[in-house]
Amino acid sequence: MSLDRTTVRNIAELARIEVRDDELDHLAGELSGILTFVEQLAEVNTDGIAPMASVADITLPMRQDVINDGGYAEAVLANAPDAVREDEGGFFTVPKVVE
Amino acid sequence: MTKLTNLTIADALTGLSKGDFSAVELTSAHLDAMAAKRSLNAYITETPELALEQAKESDARRAAGRAGALDGIPLGIKDLFATKDVLTTAASHILDGFKPQYESTVSQKLKDAGSVMLGKLNLDEFAMGSSNTTSYHGNVVNPWKSKSDPAKQLVPGGSSGGSGAAVAARIAMGATGTDTGGSIRQPAAFCGVTGIKPTYGRCSRWGIVAFASSLDQAGPMARTVKDCALMLNVMAGHDPKDSTSAPIAVPDFAAALTGDIRGLKVGIPKEYRPDGLSDEVNKVWEQGIEWLKAAGATPVEITLPHTKYALPTYYIVAPAEASSNLARYDGVRFGLRVKGDSLDDMYKKTRAAGFGAEVRRRIMIGTYVLSAGYYDAYYTKAQKVRRLIAEDFKKAFETVDVILTPTAPSAAFGIGDNTDDPVTMWLNDVFTIPTSLAGLPGLSLPAGLSADGLPMGLQLIGRPFDEETVFKVAGVMESAAGFTATPAGVAGNETNAGSARGGV
Repeated sequence: MSLDRTTVRNIAELARIEVRDDELDHLAGELSGILTFVEQLAEVNTDGIAPMASVADITLPMRQDVINDGGYAEAVLANAPDAVREDEGGFFTVPKVVE
Repeated sequence: MTKLTNLTIADALTGLSKGDFSAVELTSAHLDAMAAKRSLNAYITETPELALEQAKESDARRAAGRAGALDGIPLGIKDLFATKDVLTTAASHILDGFKPQYESTVSQKLKDAGSVMLGKLNLDEFAMGSSNTTSYHGNVVNPWKSKSDPAKQLVPGGSSGGSGAAVAARIAMGATGTDTGGSIRQPAAFCGVTGIKPTYGRCSRWGIVAFASSLDQAGPMARTVKDCALMLNVMAGHDPKDSTSAPIAVPDFAAALTGDIRGLKVGIPKEYRPDGLSDEVNKVWEQGIEWLKAAGATPVEITLPHTKYALPTYYIVAPAEASSNLARYDGVRFGLRVKGDSLDDMYKKTRAAGFGAEVRRRIMIGTYVLSAGYYDAYYTKAQKVRRLIAEDFKKAFETVDVILTPTAPSAAFGIGDNTDDPVTMWLNDVFTIPTSLAGLPGLSLPAGLSADGLPMGLQLIGRPFDEETVFKVAGVMESAAGFTATPAGVAGNETNAGSARGGV
């Protein structure tokens, strides 16, 4: 598989990573090389094989659907850039999203 | 007397309990050694004040008769484990200034057992790499030097390169590592130390910065098999906070080191002889087979037919999971924020500035293989092949008890080598990735030196949750190998290295 500049730009957009125009060709080459490498899987016969999402051979545990954690907004906000601290309301902040 | 930094964990515990030295003395010796070896760049953050405080508390506990299983033992913690109030970076710019408000389960268990944290160890960014050259905080230097070119700086392997280098250079008695495709075992091999990736689910992943959640597993790195067993005893165990952690009792791994492997069947996979395998590594492997035969085990040739597909499978599954896990780094809740004109613009600028080249590459590959129209062709296909790889092992373990392979196809290479093509770098993990995909325990131990004076490792692979057999066989191999060589700059140990290694 060979990726073109438009596809690489689209992947970067989906991944929310800004990529400069002068990086697109290099990235297209690298990513195409990797995809060519992984495409050898096509030669493996996987008819009737179930996909394996996890090796953990256990049933995921269930719990009551109740609040069992929380109540420490200050700790949650402690590492947030430009956060509004708890005594002033306690918020994460982001650039304005509504005009 | 042997220098305190040259002791094994087992011998240090004996010395502490006999009162030969205090935890404060043991920790101080390590802090001095760390200061003298900063050029290795093994630590991202040193925590000397915390370490001395913990050592004092340890001495008080011991005096009161309340010493824990690792009380007073100075350890390094890979900077992928969240440590409360101590900078945790994952070796990435995007986690600038991140001080977790909680402690990872594994590092908490080590704390509860009385161990002392010396600092946070360097690694490849987000544990993505095989040479510890992708860290935002700089390359780690392997303390080992080649005979032919002693001035050349070699890689420690990766991603747990700081852990491997620190344990080898005697600036930590042991260290935590994490392993997604070989990140404990390959650096252990390159640095001449022992490390085990336990069965997936053996250690809690809670509080470990996530890379690929279906593969990530924590494990110990130390200078002997027994020391790894002592550490894993503490690190392992079910944790309700990690739904994939196994509700299975933890045996005493150190007690498994009986030295008796008579009658065990050891699988030798015929597919583990790729073109890039060095002759010397192959020879060490043959030697390893002879050691096990001499101890009464029987080598059996086995076949793992899907081995060659493990690497391409891994490089779909791991980036896919990484692209999802690393979506959380958006400049909103922690770490780096680069201002932007809009929310999307802030995300994109923050992530462009915060992620290094290898991480960006893997996120983009992961994004692509999960995107509409390609999901089945890449991701679902890889998950199917993953099952075939796991079934290869399952079938092999119907006839053998343990599998012996090389850990890596070569000894350590130079910093800057193998960087032209990402796929060439990935070949380092060709022997460790299949085990990771199958979730099996894998241990690497040093088995000999190359003609150029560099350590080479052998890997033992076990059945799920049968680390005991892996440890037992590793103990026998360790005695047979008698690996007592030490890297450059580890002085004062040449004459009594043998006794300092600790027996099995």
